[in-house]
Amino acid sequence: MKIKTLNTRDLKASLKEGGCGECQTSCQSACKTSCGVANQPCESKAQN
Amino acid sequence: MVHTYSLNGFDIALDVYSGAVHLCDPVSLAAIQLYENGNREQTARQLMAEFPDNPEMTVEAISELLDILDGLKAQGKLYTDDPYSHSRAFLRQDPGLVKALCLHVAHACNLACSYCFAGQGHYRGEAALMPFEVGEKALEFLVEHSGNRRNLEVDFFGGEPLLNWEVVKALVAYGRELERKTGKVFRFTLTTNGMLLDDEVTDFCNREIYNVVLSLDGRPHVHDHYRKDRKGRGSYETVVPKFQRFVQRRGGKEYYIRGTYTRKNLDFLKDILHMADLGFDRLSMEPVVTGPDSPDALSKEDLPGLFSQYEELAREMLARDKQGKGFKFYHYMLDLEHGPCIHKRLAGCGSGTEYLAVTPSGDLYPCHQFVGDKDFRLGNLDQGVTRNSLQADFACNTLYAHPACDGCWAKFYCAGGCAANAYHATGAINGTYNFGCELFKKRMECAIMLAAAREE
Repeated sequence: MKIKTLNTRDLKASLKEGGCGECQTSCQSACKTSCGVANQPCESKAQN
Repeated sequence: MVHTYSLNGFDIALDVYSGAVHLCDPVSLAAIQLYENGNREQTARQLMAEFPDNPEMTVEAISELLDILDGLKAQGKLYTDDPYSHSRAFLRQDPGLVKALCLHVAHACNLACSYCFAGQGHYRGEAALMPFEVGEKALEFLVEHSGNRRNLEVDFFGGEPLLNWEVVKALVAYGRELERKTGKVFRFTLTTNGMLLDDEVTDFCNREIYNVVLSLDGRPHVHDHYRKDRKGRGSYETVVPKFQRFVQRRGGKEYYIRGTYTRKNLDFLKDILHMADLGFDRLSMEPVVTGPDSPDALSKEDLPGLFSQYEELAREMLARDKQGKGFKFYHYMLDLEHGPCIHKRLAGCGSGTEYLAVTPSGDLYPCHQFVGDKDFRLGNLDQGVTRNSLQADFACNTLYAHPACDGCWAKFYCAGGCAANAYHATGAINGTYNFGCELFKKRMECAIMLAAAREE
């Protein structure tokens, strides 16, 4: 029986540390006809 | 809320509110499903009943497993409650702040693609090219309304932006001048059908344009079915060599080969692989946006086949990774560790607030998909946004303004979805385009599976 927890960003913690607004607007990248926000890399200097 | 699923031999549990992803086996996946109510005895009994022939299912082993789940819960990585519903989630904090513009430099096109959501480039209006002065004003408007944002984005869009190439170049030069004066950084992007792509355009783009989106639908007969010139001739033979030359000279900078699939190519995986076989390694393929009466429109009945295509795509990508022939697919590019913070995921796509579209005459719309619909004209570059109540509707259109998204596990990956798609499907920008949601969820399951497989 296995459970392996992948390394992921803690969304709850990012409520406090995030919100700089510097990441790319979703529709400026490639789709232009749908919306996905999760594939935009974080651009916060604090995070990276 | 926990979403559990099995795909390509991987058993995966996603803790929705923390974003934690757990790679399981069938027993631990079942345990996660059963243990949400915290009842150890009941969960143990149900597990025994579900896996009667599993020799590992001892009382001790089950107890250890449930201890692990308790530990994950204590760490905030499992069964996490919604910590955002009482936060600032219901309204954008800065509705007047703008950081991205879609500049419609050409409401004209040298192709006449029958499925074009922009009405062959005219957006239900007269053909027009944006004068330099309008673009100049747009860049100034962007800087003026960008507050403390440093990264600003400008997409040269159409129609076909290369029909107004001299203005594009002049606006990039003006943007660089504004950068020097203001300390802002412009990221220019350009979306093109490739018909006018030559060495001069290629070299300029590879020097100045942060991301270039090249429109190609895949196999020759698929591409040429829709993407024809004004005389009805397919454009595949013209654009593919240009795109190949462009990408060879791109030097590692961002680009996407972007296709559209319709009811005519439900086997769109073949088109994606065709693009990869042409030597392109950054690919995107989008379902067509059109009315339900169109012969091109996708429907609910197509979903099982489309799901299979996405799953097979993910498997094929893993296989090609191993062969050293890997490629990127836009919707599968999830960075679980360094993805966006929860603010981005709550705020929605930004249309009508931080993201605006500008027409050739300087009118402002919430995004490119609303351009031409006068009900959605927000204002113009001279007076700024004058329809404040309309902008307020978009500012309030955050994830938590979508009642249908409440119970959806994928909500922090789409932030409530595309406002234009929702409006066209339901008549409300906070509605739900259910068909799009189903495809989106399948893509996210595949993307998370790929991330898990690459970590194994």
